[in-house]
Amino acid sequence: MERKIRNKDPLGRGLGCHPYVYTMLSIAGILTFLFVWQLLLVTGVVSDRYISKPTELFLLLIRKFSDKSPDGSTLPIATLASLKVAVTGLVLAIVTGVPLGLIMGWYKGADRFFSPIFEVLRPIPPISWIPLTIVWLGIGLRAKAFIIFFAAFIPCVINSYAGIKMTQKVLINVAKTCGASNFTIFYKVGIPSAMPMTFAGIRVALGNAWSTLVAAEMLAANAGLGYMILMGRSFARPDIIMLGMVCIGALGALFTGILGIFEKRITGWRR
Amino acid sequence: MSTAEHNEVKVQVKNLTKKFGSLHVLDNISFDIKKGEFMCVVGPTGCGKTTFLNMLTKIYEPTGGELRIDGELADPKKHNLACVFQEPSSFPWLTVEENLKFGLKIKKLPEKEIQERVETIIRIMGLEKFRKSYPGQLSVSSEQRVIIGRAFAMQPDLLLMDEPYGQMDIKLRFYLEDEVLRLWREFGTTVVFITHNIEEAVYLSERCLILTNKPAAIKEIVENKLPYPRDIAGEDFITLRKHITEQIKWW
Repeated sequence: MERKIRNKDPLGRGLGCHPYVYTMLSIAGILTFLFVWQLLLVTGVVSDRYISKPTELFLLLIRKFSDKSPDGSTLPIATLASLKVAVTGLVLAIVTGVPLGLIMGWYKGADRFFSPIFEVLRPIPPISWIPLTIVWLGIGLRAKAFIIFFAAFIPCVINSYAGIKMTQKVLINVAKTCGASNFTIFYKVGIPSAMPMTFAGIRVALGNAWSTLVAAEMLAANAGLGYMILMGRSFARPDIIMLGMVCIGALGALFTGILGIFEKRITGWRR
Repeated sequence: MSTAEHNEVKVQVKNLTKKFGSLHVLDNISFDIKKGEFMCVVGPTGCGKTTFLNMLTKIYEPTGGELRIDGELADPKKHNLACVFQEPSSFPWLTVEENLKFGLKIKKLPEKEIQERVETIIRIMGLEKFRKSYPGQLSVSSEQRVIIGRAFAMQPDLLLMDEPYGQMDIKLRFYLEDEVLRLWREFGTTVVFITHNIEEAVYLSERCLILTNKPAAIKEIVENKLPYPRDIAGEDFITLRKHITEQIKWW
């Protein structure tokens, strides 16, 4: 009666290789990308005036661990500064956005109360908050985190709202016939049902947070990966710009990986 | 179960009426269900069988009339109701064991009692090896067994089943019909089983309630005294099935 659980994809997509082979394929993908990139520059198809070679970037990465030029901070300090901003904004967005979305999706009164405000705030681009943020919060960590917060908050609310709205009626009815109160149904049925969608929202929020980082660090920062990119532009150093971009990309991927671990723990039943 | 106990009225349905705006679905339905009785409800498609069940589960409030369990107005918070719905209704994020515990935890039963009941169901339903599996890892029949098991674990005052085998093939249906009879005998639960399959109704029920077309009213309540296990090819079985089919005909 039990469905056999094998490595092979149940829908027959792929050949059912060993997980090790799939890991190797991912690594091979990255290496191929870097190789083609290097090859285009070495053969002169693309001029190295506009773009650095991966090998040069790697050497720059090592050098930037101790070298403060041209942006005034080493790579670990810049990374830490950006991490502080991104994590503060993102965590704030998750802890406020997800519960708000869930409550709006479940309780009609809350939906009617918050929806008009939310619908007006939603289309405002996060970076358009920059001038007001300077007036309200100055140019410190709080101000930058606020910009990130706005970028990450919206998908958290929307997805958890949509997720809980999609709770199967039959599951609600099962809980109802057991004599559960509306609040019990909310946290025992609604919230777990909404989790897959909520995590998808947090994933989008994560992407938004990192992509808004450069804009947030336009707020007169003195360290950070976004700031490093801006300085690279000012000093016409494409290698610094690219290093900043690669670091943001790598951090984003790392965060997605960490989120994936949490997601697997919470929504592991979907496997 | 003793005859005296079996004659005791468990559920009283009095003048149950339901209207959705101008749509009159149920019309003045009254009947009793005895303690530990297995009652099937049949009727033409779309006659309001599921609405009827949703009233019994208190998902819908009736427009008129009332439902009493042990003489008191039915209330899911006070009484023990359980329902097996037409569509799969296991909680996909809970393991088999956690699914079986769901209603018992809502009723705030002591942990020891919950554990004992769940173990009994797991043993009776043969779910030992799926205990830690999620419903998505089970076959359709195993999942349905979990849902039925969860309902019986509640040891409900009234168990309602809404065409639980509607989507299943004949082999699976026969297997699960016997399973439900086994659980019913084991726990002495009062069961209302809604089906559009007349053979199923004759196979399972002690009494069979036939509903008319919309607005649904009771056409007849048929006593079914055939001994269990029933032979679907037996002469008496076929006669009873034919009688119910004749009664149900609306064309």
